[in-house]
Amino acid sequence: MYDFLIAPFVEFGFMQRALAGSLMLSLGACPVGVFLMLRRMSLTGDAMAHAILPGAAVGFLFFGLQIVPMTIGGLVAGVIVAVGAGAVSRFTVQKEDASMAAFYLISLALGVLMVSLRGSSVDLMHVLFGTVLALNDEALILIAAIAAITLTTLLVFWRAIVAECLDPLFLRSVSRLGTPVHFIFLGLVVLNLVGGFQALGTLLSVGLMMLPAAAARFWTTRVEPMCALAVAIGFGSCIAGLLLSYHAALPSGPAIILSAGLVYLVSTIFGTRGVFNTRIRRHRHRTA
Amino acid sequence: MTQACLTFRDLTLGYNSHPAVHHLNGSIRAGSLTAVVGANGSGKSTLMKGIVGVLKPMSGVCLNARNARIAYLPQQSELDRTFPARVVDLVSLGLWPRRGLLGRFTKQDREEVSRALMAVGLEGFEKRPIDTLSGGQLQRALFARVLVQDAELILLDEPFNAVDAKTVGDLIQLIKRWHGENRTVMVVVHDLDLVREHFPETLLLARRPIAWGETRETLRSENLLRARRFDEAWHDDAPWCEPDHDHDHANGHAHVHAHDAHHHHEHGEAHDFPDHESGPRAA
Repeated sequence: MYDFLIAPFVEFGFMQRALAGSLMLSLGACPVGVFLMLRRMSLTGDAMAHAILPGAAVGFLFFGLQIVPMTIGGLVAGVIVAVGAGAVSRFTVQKEDASMAAFYLISLALGVLMVSLRGSSVDLMHVLFGTVLALNDEALILIAAIAAITLTTLLVFWRAIVAECLDPLFLRSVSRLGTPVHFIFLGLVVLNLVGGFQALGTLLSVGLMMLPAAAARFWTTRVEPMCALAVAIGFGSCIAGLLLSYHAALPSGPAIILSAGLVYLVSTIFGTRGVFNTRIRRHRHRTA
Repeated sequence: MTQACLTFRDLTLGYNSHPAVHHLNGSIRAGSLTAVVGANGSGKSTLMKGIVGVLKPMSGVCLNARNARIAYLPQQSELDRTFPARVVDLVSLGLWPRRGLLGRFTKQDREEVSRALMAVGLEGFEKRPIDTLSGGQLQRALFARVLVQDAELILLDEPFNAVDAKTVGDLIQLIKRWHGENRTVMVVVHDLDLVREHFPETLLLARRPIAWGETRETLRSENLLRARRFDEAWHDDAPWCEPDHDHDHANGHAHVHAHDAHHHHEHGEAHDFPDHESGPRAA
């Protein structure tokens, strides 16, 4: 048991780093995912993950596979797309799904173009699927900083973010925070995706954001426990995924996401609000 | 007190350069209870949005001179009923004007939320998820939120839609209580009997004000008939509204222009309409 569960993390430095990195990532990304899901923006994370690509590619083109330039590039591209799409949806008749699709497609095409200018497809795979088992100190510090910023921002703006999700028109009638808080939130999404792409890749970082959140929805009817549960599920998936990857010699990113996916599928069926409890078991009803 | 809570000066509100409220002049007396009446598309909701500031005026101003705190219950709430919140969370949003983003909810705050729930007859609903409420229960909860907001100016946009008679009665009592507490209340209502029975003052809108003043006067049949005759449709080729020269409008009344807005006669009158036809009080 010890050999199976604990030893890999004790004996190998790269496993410790991978664990530390992915756990810290879950800390910030999972609650952000909960709010994305509650705002019916689950696919926005996906779109944003693609949108980050050209920025990361510019960093990659000029500096090679280095975390700082690629991260900064990714952040810039992500913020441009988020602000652009957010602004179009706030100030025109178009809804956010359409504007987001438009902006991310432009961004993704640019990104693919740039990567193909120099790199081979192996490099592109690297950018897209990440290298959680090769996290260096720089990357860990970056992920820690992102987690700290995310948690602080969520705590400070919690009430506004909840109000903006629950009743945006009300928030606008009592406060000027409505529009800023939307952009602050989109900023957090970008930040966490950028943090995730080094560890998991742009494609899979969104999985760690959305799957635990989607799974947690089946267990609770309140936001605070939902965020806590999402983080717990994220933690569990990271540990399970890394162990799976270690023992079965599988790529770590997909292993983590598939673990989270398994939790999601189990939750849809057996969660307190899942299929089994709401559709199959409840034959009886109360008098009032 | 005859001080104005709201003053409209040549207020035009609308969408895509088409006016929905056209050159509105006048004022809402502090502590008054006003019903806003009119056909669909006559600008009632638009006026509410303009007062709250969610919609910016195309021209003119809506002055909230004493900076009254506003509580607004919209007709089409953007409330997300699937959001995992409890009734008490929803009602606690009403504490925002007092506690803001970071202020801690005190014991008194929580008690006040409970009292508000009790006042709207939702005792024992505190922990219920909002997606389990019926339409009427949700409306009661939203009234509780207005209670908690403790606003000086309360705007309710069609609060009685799809609400049963008992709930309407309860909500009317709350509105009267606010009126008694000298808050300024404006309510968009469709049921004219309800207006005649409970609202001292009425604003009858048909994009422009048809009549405004004491309810019995405002709701006279000729006014209602005139209000009904207004043209609801927008015309893409409608001429531009120029403030400086008159252009033809069906009955040639109630169209008040910018230069008229300065003729204020303060005789304790709540509303002043330079155009005699539109100001029933002036008669």
